[in-house]
Amino acid sequence: MSTAYEIVTDTTLTFHQQFINLAKLGENTDTTLPYNPEFLKAKEAGMICDLFEGALPFRPRYILPDYSILMKNGSKFLQLDPPKDIWEATSALMIMYRHVPSVSSFPVFLGNLDELLDPFIVDEQEATKAIGLFLLHIDRVLCDSFVHADIGPKDTKAGRIILKETLRLQTAVPNMTVRYDPELTSDEFGALCAEVMLSTAKPSFANHKMFSAEFGEKNYGLASCYNGLRIAGGGYTLPRLRLANIAKEATSIEHFKNVLLPKYVDLMTEFMDLRIRFMVEDSAFFKSNFLVKEGFIKQENFVGMFGLVGLAECVNTLMGIGDKKKGYGNNKNADDLGEEIIAHLDHLVSLHKAPYSENSADRYWLHAQVGIERDGLDSSPGARIPIGSEPEIHKQIAHSGRFHKYFPTGIGDIFRFEETWKNTPESLLDIIKGAMNAGMRYFSGYCENNDVVRVTGYLVKRSELEKLDRKEAVLNGATVLGQGSRDLAHALDRKVTK
Amino acid sequence: MLFAPVNRIIPFSNVDGPGNRMAIFLQSCPFQCWYCHNPETINMCIHCGVCVPGCPSKALTMTDGKVHWNESLCEQCDSCIKICPHLASPKILTMSSDDVIEKLREVAPFVRGITVSGGECMMHPEFLEELFGKVKALNMTSLIDSNGFVRFEEYPGLMGVCDGVMLDVKATDPRFHQQLTKYDNTSVLNNLRYLLSANKLTEVRIVCLPRFDEQNRKTIEDVVSIVKDQARIKLIRYRPYGVRKEGLDILGSASLDEEMFSEYKRYALSLGAGNVISV
Repeated sequence: MSTAYEIVTDTTLTFHQQFINLAKLGENTDTTLPYNPEFLKAKEAGMICDLFEGALPFRPRYILPDYSILMKNGSKFLQLDPPKDIWEATSALMIMYRHVPSVSSFPVFLGNLDELLDPFIVDEQEATKAIGLFLLHIDRVLCDSFVHADIGPKDTKAGRIILKETLRLQTAVPNMTVRYDPELTSDEFGALCAEVMLSTAKPSFANHKMFSAEFGEKNYGLASCYNGLRIAGGGYTLPRLRLANIAKEATSIEHFKNVLLPKYVDLMTEFMDLRIRFMVEDSAFFKSNFLVKEGFIKQENFVGMFGLVGLAECVNTLMGIGDKKKGYGNNKNADDLGEEIIAHLDHLVSLHKAPYSENSADRYWLHAQVGIERDGLDSSPGARIPIGSEPEIHKQIAHSGRFHKYFPTGIGDIFRFEETWKNTPESLLDIIKGAMNAGMRYFSGYCENNDVVRVTGYLVKRSELEKLDRKEAVLNGATVLGQGSRDLAHALDRKVTK
Repeated sequence: MLFAPVNRIIPFSNVDGPGNRMAIFLQSCPFQCWYCHNPETINMCIHCGVCVPGCPSKALTMTDGKVHWNESLCEQCDSCIKICPHLASPKILTMSSDDVIEKLREVAPFVRGITVSGGECMMHPEFLEELFGKVKALNMTSLIDSNGFVRFEEYPGLMGVCDGVMLDVKATDPRFHQQLTKYDNTSVLNNLRYLLSANKLTEVRIVCLPRFDEQNRKTIEDVVSIVKDQARIKLIRYRPYGVRKEGLDILGSASLDEEMFSEYKRYALSLGAGNVISV
């Protein structure tokens, strides 16, 4: 972590980015929470990572307000009446976003935008202007790639306008997901989403059937990268097990499964318990924040996210596989061991009774974390196949299908396509339909030459990366993360489907 | 069970008919077009063995007077194809219709069906009929990509299980067609009319060439006058990739001028074509 002096003299940071970094520095001087020394040792040794959430959790990591309440009732605290037209609706949302906290200080969930705005579409030309300005405002003011909006599954006028304006604006923010179900989403709307995705790397496709079965059809949203969470709720905290490093400590597969995994699961769940109890019992957030008071969120809809990273390298290490191209993702025995590990981990986590997780079966839910820039090449995102070792796309999808069911709070795969696919979005939709049927939870794609590209789970603009390379400040706070992932983890070099 | 020589299979193809499809390329073609992008698909291997010593990964061996290809050793460097003096390839698998169906099953959730191309796949019509019958049983579609050399009319059984044909019309001027492909185009034009009337014409493909503006226009005019707006017309821009020296000498090593190419699309539309795409 940089010092205060380093932060305020760093010319690549905007004022707001300096401000956030200084706040984090301040938070981390606090020593209230009695973290287990064993946990701190495991963190120091690189077995567990807390993703720099800060020493004293004063808000949940991810918050998904139920914005339909704003549309229906307005907000007393924000002194807003229920909106009556498209201008008032977009304005009310923009005002509210400023007041939705998160780990990054930006709102990580903007709502199901098409459902929220569709009732206000009267004149399409006027609505296009309003939505265009709304999306521009989001990119320039909520300048963080983890700001995320959802559309779908139904084909609506608002949805089409959002897609059209997304295509025109070519922005990295907001990240976007279409909740997709071939039975509810028209082929025409699906193909339009695929077309826009090929040109701007968004929206990604979420398996609506799968999420609906776990959360209830109307109850989930996609936030931040690809995090499936309850609307009117969210995710309390997200630490992660670094499986690649834990595997290096193992003397055998049995030792890994029966000794090391239980040990680190215990340390991590204890850490999560401590943070969540503090958030709910002591911090002001759940007592006084207007989001709670006005019913935009309910504490019982939050869940702790149990993250993991580096399954591929973990399996390869345990099996003594040196050549990645012959390991996890390209080797049935390695894939079998990978699934065995995840199923076992899921079982261990399920045995722990999680506090304040009333609507989540009193347990923590698994999350395949996308990695951070400093993970480098030693630890692939979540359960993904290492970049550079991807098999043919249909094999990669079948592989994803084996693992995605274990991760309701988020997992996804990214595919890079050659430019010709822009001519045939309906062909891409064929692949996506097949992927959903094969049990894939979340499908992202982009074309190789776009300005907007998907790094691990979030978007950046190549043009901003170039500015940062020249040591100039850039608006989007996540561009620096993309720069690290590009340089250290080759995140932009994934296989191209021709 | 019937067999056919397979040059390669592409599990996902978005350029061989509607939607995402598995594309199968069969070996051998009677035409020898100047601009052929895959000249190694033209002839069957005659086992001369010229390619064997040049294989850097030792995937080719000569035993009992035949060239054998070991797929698992092959690194797809294509040295053998580049050196082959006969416009052939040693990397051909003889596959049964069941072998192809097995490959299809792997990708079935992601594709609408298959497209068989070549070479010229109509050199193996009985194989296609057997294969397409099995594809139909899986509730998927089968398309043919053909140069029109073989008459479709003569294979009513195949037409019964084939969902459509993408037909190349390389030139409508018989003499130019003869120069360009080494064969005349009587059967091609017959096929064009027959497929249209049988409602099996999925697409007509015309390659637009540099240095032959008059021929390009004539082919477009004649095709549109027959097809009108009843089938999609795909205009393909000549590109020099993979083209052998004979073709480069005539057509040049530059792609067809982009502005010229756009003009052909406008021309086709002005003549009354309904759906024209250009690639």
